[in-house]
Amino acid sequence: MQAEHHCKFKQYIWELPVRWCHWVNVLSIVVLAGTGVLIGNPVFIGSAPQSYLMGWIRFIHFVFAYAFAVSVITRMIWTFQGNCFAGWREYFPFLGVAGRAEMKKVFQYYTFQRKHPPETVGHNPMAATAYFAVFLLYWFMILTGFAMYAEHAPGGTMHSLLRPVYAIMTTQTMHLYHHLVMYLIIGFVINHVYSAWLMDIKEKGGEISSMFSGYKFTTGEYAVCKSRFWDFFPWKNKP
Amino acid sequence: MSRPQEDVMPSGRFSVARLLEERGVSRREFLAFCSAVTAAMALPATMVPKVAHALDKVQRPPLVWMEFQDCCGDTEALLRSANPTVGELVLDILSIDYHETIMAAAGHQAEATLEKTITDYKGKYLCIVEGSIPMKDGGVYGCVGGKSHLDRARQVCGSAAATIAVGTCAAFGGIAAAVPNPTGAVGVTRAVPGATVVNLPGCPCNADNLTAVVVHYLTFGKLPAMDGHGRPLFAYGKRIHDNCERRPHFDAGQYVEHWGDDAHRKGFCLYKMGCKGPATFHNCPTQRFNEKVSWPVASGHGCVGCSEPQFWDTSPLYRRLPNVPGFGIEQSADKIGLGFAAGVAGAFAIHGAMNALRKDKEPTDDHQQGED
Repeated sequence: MQAEHHCKFKQYIWELPVRWCHWVNVLSIVVLAGTGVLIGNPVFIGSAPQSYLMGWIRFIHFVFAYAFAVSVITRMIWTFQGNCFAGWREYFPFLGVAGRAEMKKVFQYYTFQRKHPPETVGHNPMAATAYFAVFLLYWFMILTGFAMYAEHAPGGTMHSLLRPVYAIMTTQTMHLYHHLVMYLIIGFVINHVYSAWLMDIKEKGGEISSMFSGYKFTTGEYAVCKSRFWDFFPWKNKP
Repeated sequence: MSRPQEDVMPSGRFSVARLLEERGVSRREFLAFCSAVTAAMALPATMVPKVAHALDKVQRPPLVWMEFQDCCGDTEALLRSANPTVGELVLDILSIDYHETIMAAAGHQAEATLEKTITDYKGKYLCIVEGSIPMKDGGVYGCVGGKSHLDRARQVCGSAAATIAVGTCAAFGGIAAAVPNPTGAVGVTRAVPGATVVNLPGCPCNADNLTAVVVHYLTFGKLPAMDGHGRPLFAYGKRIHDNCERRPHFDAGQYVEHWGDDAHRKGFCLYKMGCKGPATFHNCPTQRFNEKVSWPVASGHGCVGCSEPQFWDTSPLYRRLPNVPGFGIEQSADKIGLGFAAGVAGAFAIHGAMNALRKDKEPTDDHQQGED
């Protein structure tokens, strides 16, 4: 990077719904994993018969399951409403030539083949690809979770809507994979927090605080962009 | 299908009520049975007279009991109850023109009986199937009377008015279908796709539920409402967990930790001992077994999930979760998951350490403008 690029602009990247969904997801994942582990293996709980401890743990799990589902659905709707950094095309960088080239640079940085990470305004392409995979995991968890939940009322609306899930998996299989995918998500969280920390240090663009304020510091020009169906791969057009 | 039995029964076959009377079952006992079976079908008490009336009038429908790859456990469960019950008599009287285990005839005589029934009452007789049907290699892995199980199943179930698959083997393939399923064992629904089948899985099937299905058929002329696995809703419509007498202990967080520990003696929840009640649909807690004497959880053992498809592969008896495919038997999902999470954390810790070694230059100029 040359000296003339050292001017950094404050740019509004993450809109309010994006930040809200992010932090609701964070809270939900923490609570769901904590209560989920206890539901799967209830250790150190339960002394008094009137305590209803497992009942409350399951109740909390279900409340946050709803919060998580609403958050994930809201975020998906926002990919069609928000700015281009929130847009759905952001999550398929590997489909475009420019995206793949950018992704290669990020990969080279992570494997110590490049000194500096390429500057990205929104998501970097590797992160965006990971989020696409993580969204699939989220949906797996939501569908299997609600499928197991709906078994308290077979024939009910939720049970009927989730019929395809029961056709694919037995209840026991659902329990197993709901359990295993939790660990995949924990693995993602470790990666995610590490990468955010790393990029905050290396990019010096306020990566972590941007998820609170919405603003990042970038050398890119100020741009207003709405996510539209026709603007394929926003970074293609950027300097 | 409206009352097929009335017009097809030959004269000389008596009504169920009359036959019961001959066997020394009093009218009072008969009505008590009608009430019990109406309750088992989850019908209101106002239906009792209709059930009694139907059983009074109904002529005995011919019934054949086919055994394929089975252990005879469902037959045993039906025959070995402590006292002969009215339900048992109903099934006995319906009888049972063909039943390999209990019939007197043998060999060609027996096969001739079967042939006669399914020819004379084509599309009218009831068929009960016990045991799974081997499909692999053209069905060579089991035969009776020179015909493979598969051929017999297609012939007999295919032209029955209805087939009742009793036990998990007949319903879903059962133990014989466990991985690697050497004989290609399947349940009736998959072996004879066109047949009208009601599944009564369980190991063994609860004879009360079998009686209720038969009485439902005699009363209404059709099979009861079923769930996605072809199981009647009156018996498989609710989870064991939701009707379990130990459920309050589950909600309170009181669990048996070891066999015979204090919690076990107090009758706490068997969840941590691998009980599959939360994943199993059956009416065991309410209908119970053997004259409603007991059922597994009441006697201190967790449910093994025997009435669920693939229970033989996905329900280890004493662990809550199935084994993780591709890993050793003793590797639990938690161990693998924690290993994975630790691996990820370790990998990024190393990555972070390596990054820390790539020193960023401290800014040196007057404007504190660092290197990008």
